[in-house]
Amino acid sequence: MQRIGVFVCWCGSNIAATVDVDAVAQAVKTEPGVAFSTNYQYMCSEGGQAIIRNAIAEHKLTGIVVCACSPRMHEATFRKTAATAGLNPYMVEIANIREQCSWIHKDREKATVKAIILSRAAVAKLNLDSPLTAGETPVTKRALVIGGGIAGIQTALDIADAGYEVDIVEKTPTIGGKMAMLDKTFPTLDCSACILTPKMVDAAAHEKITLYTYSEVEKVSGFVGNFTVDIRKRARSVDADRCTGCGDCMEKCPSKKSKSEFNQGLSNRSAIYIPFAQAIPNVPVIDREACIKFQTGKCGVCQKICSAKAVDYEQQDEIMTRRYGAIVAATGFKTINLGRFEEFQYAQSPDVITSLEFERLCNAAGPTKGKVMRLSNHETPKTVVFVQCVGSRSTVECGKTYCSKICCMYTAKHAMLLKEKYPETEVYVFYIDVRTPGKGFDEFYRRAAEEYGVRYVKGMVGKVAEENGRLRVQASDLIADKQLVIEADMVVLAAAIEPDPSARNLATLLTASMDTNDFFTEAHPKLRPVESPTAGVYLSGVCQGPKDIPDTVSQAGAAAAKVIGLLAKDKLVGNPCVAGCNEPLCNGCSACELVCPYGAITYEEKTVMDHGVREQRRVASVNEALCQGCGACTVTCPSGAMDLKGFTNLQIMAEVDAICR
Amino acid sequence: MRVDEKTLAEDIVRMSGTNVKKCMKCGKCSATCPSFEDMDVHPHSFVTMAEEGDVAGLLKSKSLWKCLSCFACVERCPRGVEPAHLIEAVRFFALSPQGLNKMKPDVVPIFLQNLEEKGAEVPQQLLTSAFRKYSK
Amino acid sequence: MPINAESGEFKPMIVAFCCNWCSYAGADLAGSSRLSYPADVKIIRVPCSCRVNPLFMLRAFQRGADGVIMCGCHPGDCHYTSGNYFARRRMALLFSMLEYLGIEKGRVRVEWVSAAEGQKFAITMNQFAETVAALGECKRLEDLRCQP
Repeated sequence: MQRIGVFVCWCGSNIAATVDVDAVAQAVKTEPGVAFSTNYQYMCSEGGQAIIRNAIAEHKLTGIVVCACSPRMHEATFRKTAATAGLNPYMVEIANIREQCSWIHKDREKATVKAIILSRAAVAKLNLDSPLTAGETPVTKRALVIGGGIAGIQTALDIADAGYEVDIVEKTPTIGGKMAMLDKTFPTLDCSACILTPKMVDAAAHEKITLYTYSEVEKVSGFVGNFTVDIRKRARSVDADRCTGCGDCMEKCPSKKSKSEFNQGLSNRSAIYIPFAQAIPNVPVIDREACIKFQTGKCGVCQKICSAKAVDYEQQDEIMTRRYGAIVAATGFKTINLGRFEEFQYAQSPDVITSLEFERLCNAAGPTKGKVMRLSNHETPKTVVFVQCVGSRSTVECGKTYCSKICCMYTAKHAMLLKEKYPETEVYVFYIDVRTPGKGFDEFYRRAAEEYGVRYVKGMVGKVAEENGRLRVQASDLIADKQLVIEADMVVLAAAIEPDPSARNLATLLTASMDTNDFFTEAHPKLRPVESPTAGVYLSGVCQGPKDIPDTVSQAGAAAAKVIGLLAKDKLVGNPCVAGCNEPLCNGCSACELVCPYGAITYEEKTVMDHGVREQRRVASVNEALCQGCGACTVTCPSGAMDLKGFTNLQIMAEVDAICR
Repeated sequence: MRVDEKTLAEDIVRMSGTNVKKCMKCGKCSATCPSFEDMDVHPHSFVTMAEEGDVAGLLKSKSLWKCLSCFACVERCPRGVEPAHLIEAVRFFALSPQGLNKMKPDVVPIFLQNLEEKGAEVPQQLLTSAFRKYSK
Repeated sequence: MPINAESGEFKPMIVAFCCNWCSYAGADLAGSSRLSYPADVKIIRVPCSCRVNPLFMLRAFQRGADGVIMCGCHPGDCHYTSGNYFARRRMALLFSMLEYLGIEKGRVRVEWVSAAEGQKFAITMNQFAETVAALGECKRLEDLRCQP
């Protein structure tokens, strides 16, 4: 039997004016378990807390009910009070007689009756309370960032600047990501490489940051504060410590027919290659699929030419196991495959290109040294048609239902860059809507139309056909209600963006949830946008949803702040109100495992005593560090084995009973 | 708009199996349409008119008989609105004296003759697609 | 079971389950905005609407409640990502069963109330109390053995 103390607060006149606090204190005296009750002007004041502490000691109370304001206000205060008096802090219940009683009722009698009922319910619940101890787990003070694009780099830099070790795992041979491929950035038109490469250098030079390029995450176990991660460091076939980055090997490599990933396949690269001049690390990698030595065994030119003796054909993949406190997903995006949009002739005509390809054509370090040319005949295009929303906002199978967010702005940028380089070019932009919500964004778009004379047409391109070496573009102009036919030299498609395919596998490894488009879901769409519902996993950049660079960088910083907040703690105090399995009752059905949004439930083979019989059974087991205490499993459980500490079935029923008495 | 006209419009839309509310007014149907120039009402407007319940406008339009039923708009609509199916539904409403889907192979010659006398044209594709869908 | 005041006025007994993150906070906001609703409504705090076992509602009717309402975060806003979707399905099933058992539809309700919707909370509770009061006492599932 509990020994309960009930403390009724006046809250000055806030409660006492409408509720007869003395009557409440008297009425609950006869409730089962109540050993003491009193009332006081301000329970939360030092004086009030002293009354509670003294009463706990004097009456040997095992639990207290405070009838006062909302538990959202002072539950934590009274738990601390109880703890200082030697009680378990979870042996405290609050009856909300201010927000949910005195403040909303005017009739003193009704309010008093209601206050008594609410207090009774709290006493009934407390009678079934048991002391709870929040689990404590140490925090590994190291973070893992998966993805080395601008999102990953920024997150890593911010975490490292706060003094914590960070590892970046990047699957390609260099960090830099998609931003490294861009020519200029909107809306300021400053050069992408000029703002990105210093950050790449900072990341590489930072004493707290370790880069693992050409590497992938292979296995993740553990939970918030204590993840164990296996990273596969793929064999580069070049010893990074010896290599000086001179580039002789690339020059002499006889296999030069591979498509350059960095240039979107618009140029070729050698089998041993550095993706681009500013790549970090500046160490080549051998593409074993394309390498003659690896394919036929006869070559070895790069090894012979390398004065640093860095080329190593024997190098093997390496698996490293490392421990982390927090993991940040920054896996980024890719453009969708346009091969299935046959009306645009993307796969058929070299003059129909994606915006990212156009970006490479514009770039001075690109395959054409910045000369925008038709890929079919290397002539400068005279008429260029930009098509927006290619695959975005589309419910057909090969499209994406969402807006890719960045295309309106980069198309305006491309149109402007083109007009700047070749003022005589006729530029059309076909749009469904122009979406420019951002600082200086609409002004930027209007500048393209007004100052540069880019022709924005409300409508869509329906068909592109090659005709006499040019492209016949058939489109609609909805405002003029006309069908336009344009003889164009180049068509640029604003392809929808989609999450990088590696994200799906990563989400499974992290037990982080994804939406139907394979974007990571956030813990709360408005209030926790950079956290995954899986504790200890954070989201940075486009892997969470389409974003431009400014948004990505701010989200990267936000994710870093959350990681720093976690790593700054020595120990994580869990929420003790977590689910627990009554093993003899569990029938091993897995229903709870399926509803758990946090992957906190696993099944184990255990020896269970059932009515004196020792049995080997498959039973649910809750990882208390992962469980957030929502209770979904408790209701799903068909056998009633799952229960939620602090909100047990019996406790809630007892509250119902007390209210309906 | 009269009430019966509104229900009529709803019937036509239902018959066509399209969801006109899905249209996001991108104009790709009109962009892709091969007989755009012959039409007075263009495919995107057809969808808007159906949405607004303008049955009279739909029935009067020349486009009704100019549509080739090539289904390019159906194929390329990014939202799956299927304007051509809408046009077919209006056609059947215009053609079938009893109301719905009553065309049988044996009535076709008479019906063609009637149309000829009245000076109307029927694209071959209409009949093809009509048989494809409804003659079973 | 009604508390009959001296006036003989029927006072319905209403149990409200509110999730901690949205609706309970919404109820607090109604309180701090001094928006009144009948004292017949008593709130039970649960971590999430998905913690509300249909049995809790049945228990309330068994003990003589005249109406039971469950409030949670708006769809898509659940603190635990998907809890309110589970709750919504469970309640849909429960409500159809209750109707079969002869409990009028108006006696049970699910409402999504965010932490910012104090006014909505008060309006909902006023409407619900009014509906339940109009339906009168609910004896259908009441278990007389439970009476003291």
